[in-house]
Amino acid sequence: MKEAWLFAAQRLSAMVLAPLVLLHLGTVLYAVRGGLSADEILSRTEGSLFWGAVYGLFVLAAAVHAPIGLRAVLSEWCRWRGAGLDIAMGLFGLLLLALGLRAVMAVL
Amino acid sequence: MKRTCPRLVETGYDEPAMAVLEVEIWRGGEDGAWRRYSVPHEANQTVLDVVTHVQRHIDPSLAYRFACRVGMCGSCAMTVNGRPRWTCRTHVSLAARKGRVRIGPLRNLPVIRDLAVDMAPFFEKWRDAEARFVPAAEPPDAPVRPDEPERKAADAGIECINCAVCYAACDSVAWNPDYPGPAVLNRLWTLVNDRRDGDRDGHLDAAGAGCHLCRSHQECANACPTGLNPTAAIAGLKREVFRRALGGRTRERQQ
Repeated sequence: MKEAWLFAAQRLSAMVLAPLVLLHLGTVLYAVRGGLSADEILSRTEGSLFWGAVYGLFVLAAAVHAPIGLRAVLSEWCRWRGAGLDIAMGLFGLLLLALGLRAVMAVL
Repeated sequence: MKRTCPRLVETGYDEPAMAVLEVEIWRGGEDGAWRRYSVPHEANQTVLDVVTHVQRHIDPSLAYRFACRVGMCGSCAMTVNGRPRWTCRTHVSLAARKGRVRIGPLRNLPVIRDLAVDMAPFFEKWRDAEARFVPAAEPPDAPVRPDEPERKAADAGIECINCAVCYAACDSVAWNPDYPGPAVLNRLWTLVNDRRDGDRDGHLDAAGAGCHLCRSHQECANACPTGLNPTAAIAGLKREVFRRALGGRTRERQQ
């Protein structure tokens, strides 16, 4: 039952995301005081296994969570159903994963 | 003549200064329009009283549906100032905003005429989900106790009288024609929890994809005149459907 598995995947990824989002927002509030540039952020996080792991997990959970939610929105608002939507959302998830992991790789 | 209602005044309800109520009622089919009527305001007047007054004294062609007038049958459900309600159990004083009331047909169902909607799509979804009791071949091993968890879960949703107020309130129904709606799923949840029912798997399969189209907005629970919580029932279905997908507990019930 595909919908049941997607339901579980979205709830589980939400449980992972909830504390990570709070941590992320807290970090943003702290970090923004020194200006928001890639150099400034990387100077603080580069080589840190902790931040690499946190954001690695964040990216993974977001790449699972977001496409499932977007799939529901598109199917209701745009009446888009079927295999085409599933494939598009799979690709969207991979895109999020690739973009996110690229950023995480810079930290490690 | 100005009529007063001491009880309503005491409780601070919106008692209009004038004894006349400005009412807007939907006239015509899907492409109809709002028409305004002035109706005498009475003490303890329900919205159904208002509609009845319009039909009996102003315009006999007004179409609407009612039967029991005491909140038992659910047939007088309409949209009152944007909210689906049983009109027989809704005091005008509670529903009115600045002495104005707008009464329309239920949302999410085809309008036949004026305030009467076609309930067929609602009941067709009920039929398609086979949301009905299937007697088990064998009676339950142990007597069904009123205080056992499964019976309590079934009892929590058993008082549904199919009035379609939840169906009209639900945004998921509005957005998704495939969504069976809160009432059907609530009924399936009572059957899933009924130990005397012989087709638990069938009910879970029927709930299958449909229950996952619920977005948990809780509009149904908010609107249900009987005070049921279909959202909670649907959450239970989502859990049990997933458990079934995992290959867990199926026909054998936990005692």
